[in-house]
This record gives sequence, structure tokens and C-alpha cells, in this order.
Amino acid sequence: MSGATPDGPMRTGTGLGPSRALATPEARLAIITVAVFCLMAALSPERFLSSGNLVSMAFQFPEFAILALAMTLTMMTGGIDLSVVGVANLSAVVAATLLASFAPVGAGLAASLPWLALAYAVALAVGAACGALNGLLVARLALPPILATLGSGLVFTGFAVAMTGGSAVMGLPDAVAWLGNGRLLGVPVPLIAFALLAVLLHVLLTRTSFGLKATMYGANPLAALYAAIDTGKLLLRVYVVSGAFAAVAGLVIMSRANSAKADYGSSYLLLAVLIAVLGGVDPYGGRGRVIGVVLAVLSMQFLSSGLNMLGTSNFARELIWGALLIFVMLVNTYDWAGWRAARARARADARRQLRPETPARTTPETPP
Amino acid sequence: MSGFWTRNETLVAIVIVGFCAVAAASDPRFLSATTLADLARASIVLGILAVGAMLVLVSGGIDVSFTAIAVFAMYATTVLTLGTVPDLPWPAIFLISIAIGAALGAVNGLFIAGFGLPTLIVTLGTLSVFRGALLTFVGSERISSLPPEMRGFSRAMIARGTTEAGSFYAVPLAFGALVLVVALTWFILNRTLLGRSIYAIGGSVESARRIGIDVRRTQFFVYVYVGALAGLAGIIHGALGRMSDPFSLVGLELSVIAAVVLGGARLTGGHGTVTGTLLGVALIVLVQNSLIVVGVPSTWQSVVIGFLILLGTGLPAWQAKRAREAAA
Repeated sequence: MSGATPDGPMRTGTGLGPSRALATPEARLAIITVAVFCLMAALSPERFLSSGNLVSMAFQFPEFAILALAMTLTMMTGGIDLSVVGVANLSAVVAATLLASFAPVGAGLAASLPWLALAYAVALAVGAACGALNGLLVARLALPPILATLGSGLVFTGFAVAMTGGSAVMGLPDAVAWLGNGRLLGVPVPLIAFALLAVLLHVLLTRTSFGLKATMYGANPLAALYAAIDTGKLLLRVYVVSGAFAAVAGLVIMSRANSAKADYGSSYLLLAVLIAVLGGVDPYGGRGRVIGVVLAVLSMQFLSSGLNMLGTSNFARELIWGALLIFVMLVNTYDWAGWRAARARARADARRQLRPETPARTTPETPP
Repeated sequence: MSGFWTRNETLVAIVIVGFCAVAAASDPRFLSATTLADLARASIVLGILAVGAMLVLVSGGIDVSFTAIAVFAMYATTVLTLGTVPDLPWPAIFLISIAIGAALGAVNGLFIAGFGLPTLIVTLGTLSVFRGALLTFVGSERISSLPPEMRGFSRAMIARGTTEAGSFYAVPLAFGALVLVVALTWFILNRTLLGRSIYAIGGSVESARRIGIDVRRTQFFVYVYVGALAGLAGIIHGALGRMSDPFSLVGLELSVIAAVVLGGARLTGGHGTVTGTLLGVALIVLVQNSLIVVGVPSTWQSVVIGFLILLGTGLPAWQAKRAREAAA
């Protein structure tokens, strides 16, 4: 564990009550999602359930949901990627600069398509390169992921600022709008992009040796090393994939804003961490499922849109998000039975101070 | 002596001296009382916040909510004072702000020490809770007519004068607060059992517990103390800026942590000194204020700070890894 807290919660695997289904974070989350949806639908039925609102929600959430997917992958290894927003903006700024300076202005779709493909490829390469830098820092220099990505995030944002002088890059060809605002067979394109990436991540995590190794590493890095896993290469690949996902998010943001800027989406960092944790991804690593993250995204979006319709300010939304994050952590990671046992043990220890017993190691349990 | 040359403090000090040498070579006016006074002024709020953040890192945690605590304490205190007794003397105003900060710090302490939640997640959450609560319930408008005593405080100076070249310099009284905070924190960390306990739990929680340290109480103290320091830094920020702006300060937290990490504090806990933190603050303040003097455009500021963090943390981490591999 390269964890931020040495005093992590003790997990003993208890808490599976009679209703086993309710014990998984995903099942609890599904109930929360449905409850939030019903509550909002009941509070303002004609507006929340209108097709206009449902479609607008489908356009809104993919950009930060994709960042949350990137965060999920790094959290599975017990790390974190605080540079996702920086990577997203840097990739978008590079792509936008390329398009704004070389793509023919006002040309038809056919003329700007090759440039668009090139710009997207370059953005993905920039994202992957940024991720590779993070991976090298974490794997080769053994920097704690929080610090490595905090520092690199500043560097990426800084490059984007230096490239643009702090202003937005505008004057993009019309074809850019398709990724963020277009529809394919009536379905919003950003939603399709998110769904594809979510399925991809799910397959990566559950059906490939890469995913299995990443999960194993998150559960117990030392055991993974002894199991002859090349942990350096593994971490490098994890952060490269995370960087590429962040680049896609950056392209969606660029498309929806029809411009790119170094400080777009700065509130998405907290949101991405929040969604991953809300979705049942263990910040200590080793546990988490994509379906949970998808449910978390939906419940956040329902809450957000619903509160918006009830006329709540943006600041109140920030308050509710933060409170929700802490509440979910409390429910998900806290082992209440273990807490009572620890209290009893502490009292017993206090009585016979000089006889320490075998300590309970704070090792996360192996993934199911 | 080999330890001296590889310590972060030494490296940072060398970088600072080098930076000043380059700056002085390109602009002789850089080496003046005016520059020094400006830098001292700029490092007050950053310095107090950094000392608090350093304490958290030493204890093995990380806090990103202290800027929200600072701005909450500052703004709530201003609103409260203006609404009740506008003529309250400034020490009383400061005490209110410190108390509010300590109370908010206790909220962090409750979740981290009481429930054992990860510090980064808790403080990310409370960052938005405190800020959201401030802007929703207390107010979201800038207040420029501060209580008269706060304006009086901002005019009080420790030293003021004019250099031979004719430029004016002044060190505000608030610099004394930084000195006090540094002295108090140094005393706590190095001369009290509590301070040694903070290093101990940062080094290894289990070992600390086995030698009889009350881990929860120590952690709780750390977060309350950091909250109190944030409250102090907030009210000073408001007084010196002569405005209570609920949108200020938040966003500065990563720069503060950068300063602390540059000064040799480690995220894994157990390492960190007051001297190193002050050197880190000095370097960050230099980069923020004088990058242009050494010929780097100020748009590169964030790149430079990011590189300094990666360099300042990467070098020791890499050395430690090599030492481990050499031993194995």
C-alpha cells in the first residue's frame, strides 16, 4: 500500500448480513440511483422526465464520466491520477491549436475530416505520453502517485497555459462539434463514446491478464511482485491508459465548448474522484467494478439536474457533492463491527498496558 | 557530512541562492530592501498555511481543505464582526477567526482520527463542503468595508523606510504572526512529547501504537491545529488585502503543498522540518513573484513549480530506491 493514510480502516470481510445482495456497494448504489431518480421525478415530474431533460443529461455527463473511468483504473492499483484534468486540457489545447492553425476554415466535412483524424490521433498520443510520464514517475522513481500526478498535473496545465498564453483556442472547423454535440441514430455521440470506453475498461479489468494483474497489484503490491508480475511495466501501462482516457475526455470537452483552454473543467477533478469512490472503487486498491462507476455517474447526474431544476445554486451542489463523498466513504469502507471490536480491544489494552497482543494488520482483503 | 549535501533543505537553499544570483545579475535592483520586504509580505499567508500543511504531512496524512477553512474563517468572522460589534479590537477578531478555523479542523479530525477514513478523500470532501456552505449560507459577495480595527492592523508596520535609491519598503506587523507560528510549531515538534508523537505516527502507526501513543488523539490535535492556523492565515489574508473575498485562497492548496514537499516533508509521513518548509515557501514565493526577473515569462510559472515538485520529490525517492536495491 502506498496509501495516504497509515491508519486505514480495518477490513475483516464481515458485514455480509442475511440479505447478501445488499452487501455489495454496487447493489446499494443501484438502489440509491433509482431512489434519486424517483425523488427528482416526483419533485418536478413534468420537467425532470421530459425528453428534453433526459437528452440534455446524456450530453452533459460523458465528459466527466470518462475522467472518472481514468481515475477508476489508477485507483484499482491503489494509486490515483490527479493530473487527469491537466492531461485532458493539454491534449485538447494541442489538438485545437493544430486544427485552428492548419485545418481549412469553412471547408466542407470531407476537407476537414483528415485534419480532424490527425488532431484526434495527436491528442491521444499526447494523453498517452503524459500518462507514460506519470507511469515512469510512479514505477521507476517510486514516487507516491498523489505527488507524482499532482506535480505532473501542474506541469501539463502549465504547458497548456504557456502554449495559449492563458486564453481559449478558438476558430475550430465545424466537424469538431460532432463528437460532443452530434447524434448517431438518435443517440448522443458523447454517450456512445462513454459507453464504448466503459465497456472497454470493463473488459480490460475483468477479461484480460492486464486487468487481473492491476487488481492483484492493488490488493497487495508485494504479493504481486512475488507472483513474478513486472510491476514497473504494469504501472506504466495503467497510467498510459489513464492518460489516453483523459485525452478523450479533453476532446469531448473541446467539442462541447467549441474551443480549448488550460483551465476548463477544473471542478471535474474532485468530481472524478467522487464518482470513482461513490461507485465502490477502493482508494486503497484492489476492488472496484465499472458497473458501480456507471451507476455513480448516473446518480450524480440525476442529483445535479434535479437540484438545478429545483433552483439550487451551484455552490449548494458543491456542498452536497462533498457531503455525499464523505457519507459514501463512511458507509462503504467503514467496518462497524470491526470498530466495536477495536474499541473493546483498546479498552482491554488500556487495562493491561504492558502486554501488547498480535496487531491486526491493515491489509486489504483479496478481490472476490 | 554526506547527509548534509543530499538533504532537501540544502538543495532548496542552493536553488534559492542560484535563483537570486541570476536575478541580481540581470537586474541589480533585485538585491534591495524593497524586494526583500515584498517577498516577506508575500510569504506571510503562504508560510502560515505551509507550516500547517507540513504538520499534516509529518503525521502521514494530506490536507487539501485548509484553504477552504481559511476563507470560511475569514469571511464568517468579517460578517459576524460587522453584524454585531464592528469596533471589536483586532486581537479579538483574530481569536474568533482562529476558533472558527479550529472548529472546522475538528470536523476533519473527526472523520480522519475518529472514523479512520483516508485523509485525501475526507479533505477533498470537506474542501467542497466548507466552500459550498460558505457561499450558500454565509454569503458570496466581496466585502471591502472591513471592521476599522482590521484596517488599522493592515497599516501597522514592523519596519518601514526608504532605500538610498529612493524606493519605499515596509514589513507589515502580520509578519510577526508568521514568526510566532514558526516558533510555536518548532517548539511543539521538537520540544514536546506531542510533537515527537506526530513524527512517530507518521513513521509507523503500528509502532507508535505499541509504544503507547494515543494515535487518534494525536491525529485529532494535528487537524485542529492546522484548522486554527488556517483561520489565522485567512484573517491576515483578508486584513492585508483590505477585502474579504469569499472566492479567494481556494485553489492555492496545491502551491502550499508544493512548498512543503520541496522543503523535504514526505507524503509517506515521518519527515519534515520547519526550516525546510520555510525554504520551500521562499522558493515558491520567489518563483511566483520574480520569475520574470530571470527572463522566464510568467505564463511558465505553473510549469516551473510542477517541475520543482517532481525534481524535489523525485530525487530523494530515486536515491532511496537505489539504496534499497543496492542493499538487496
